[in-house]
Amino acid sequence: MSSIPDELSYTKEHEWVAGLDDGLTVTVGITAYAAESLGDVVYVQLPEAGATIEAGDAVGEVESTKSVSDIYAPVGGEIVEINQTVVDDPSLVNSDPYGEGWLFRVRIEGTPDDLLTNEEYATLTAAES
Amino acid sequence: MSRPTPLHEVHKSLGATLTDFAGWLMPLRYGSESAEHTAVRTAAGLFDLSHMGEIYVTGPGAADALDHALVGNLGGLEPGRARYTMMCDADGGIVDDLIVYRLAADEFMVCANASNYLKVAAELTDRAKNHDAVVDDRSDSYALLAVQGPNSPEILAQLTDADLPGLKYYTGLPGTVAGVEALIARTGYTGEDGFELFVQADDAVKLWHALMEAGASHGLVPAGLSARDTLRLEAGMPLYGNELTSATTPMDAGLGRVVRFDKPGDFVGRAALSALETEKRLVGLVMKGRRVPRHGFAVVDAEGTVIGEVTSGAPSPSIGRPIAMAYVTSTPAAVDIRGSHEPVDVVDLPFYRRKK
Repeated sequence: MSSIPDELSYTKEHEWVAGLDDGLTVTVGITAYAAESLGDVVYVQLPEAGATIEAGDAVGEVESTKSVSDIYAPVGGEIVEINQTVVDDPSLVNSDPYGEGWLFRVRIEGTPDDLLTNEEYATLTAAES
Repeated sequence: MSRPTPLHEVHKSLGATLTDFAGWLMPLRYGSESAEHTAVRTAAGLFDLSHMGEIYVTGPGAADALDHALVGNLGGLEPGRARYTMMCDADGGIVDDLIVYRLAADEFMVCANASNYLKVAAELTDRAKNHDAVVDDRSDSYALLAVQGPNSPEILAQLTDADLPGLKYYTGLPGTVAGVEALIARTGYTGEDGFELFVQADDAVKLWHALMEAGASHGLVPAGLSARDTLRLEAGMPLYGNELTSATTPMDAGLGRVVRFDKPGDFVGRAALSALETEKRLVGLVMKGRRVPRHGFAVVDAEGTVIGEVTSGAPSPSIGRPIAMAYVTSTPAAVDIRGSHEPVDVVDLPFYRRKK
């Protein structure tokens, strides 16, 4: 069973969102479940800092030995920072998906209402696996 | 519903990620597939290959039957030796690539791919019908374990009295490993030294545990199909369904040497293959960037014109960049990866060659 931290929000596409509480800037990554399903991540493509994104957009990709997956924006807003460390060392997505393996930060416009709680996400992944 | 191998419970207890492959439920990886790959290159890995087919051809006419059925010269094979060969259709297309072990003057074991062994057994039966030979598909009763990597001889030596130093590449002999009767073959699909152990299905679990125990101090790790695929790709070894298909000939794949026009008698595919002019060739590509080319992606030339197709592609742990094999008709410049032309270097195969 992969870890699903309580304090994060989630999408059906297996992204996590942190920092919604302060309502300004959130951090986005992919979940431990997604990382384990992909296998060793070898390449991460992220949006440019400064880009404007809308929730649901394909904004990047995560590539592993066997497959490639799009990264979907869980929230809309402006990309204020990308994690260059994970671009340089994509294995951080596997080793620390909720920490060093974060992907990008977004200055959000309003609070999204369609994200999942940790319990809802746990139910989703239990059904998939 | 995919079939479990005799080692299914072992894989589950190791927490393997399982995948459907050619009708079998196989371990894809146990942990990190890159770590499994590196272990095979630097120490050793243990593979469950029980999905492979084992077809016996026996009798006084067995050698002649195989010489008719396959493109290789099996009658010229000494007992105890093995040969990489292929079965082709009358039009020259590849039915399967095979390793044939000559166990005795009148006894051969044909090792076929999981996806093809039923067809191979049926074709062998048909092609042998005018020969004094019996074709017997024993795949269901066999398990196959492979120990691959530079440490594999010292691991296996702890478990057998067989003459491993005398067992050269592409030879095989019957022996006992950890008290289990086995055909011990020095063959593999990783580009490393190693052994393949053909045993009765009932003995597979016992042998697996004995090998893991013997290998514990030699860096032996269980390795799945994902590592096997990147290992064979680095070694430039073709995979049926990717580089080899019924629409491909041995010459297309750069393996014309396996077709032995010099052997006596006719064989299935001889006329078509001898008249053949091949236009495509198999090349090795190393990506300049980090995006990974995959099976089916278009290959383009410097003008952006499509000149071929990727047959296999993966990130290469040994090279540190993604690699691919592709069929092309002229000089490749890039691979079309989801709409973006990603530049390549064209290299000679194999990508990786082990130090002797």
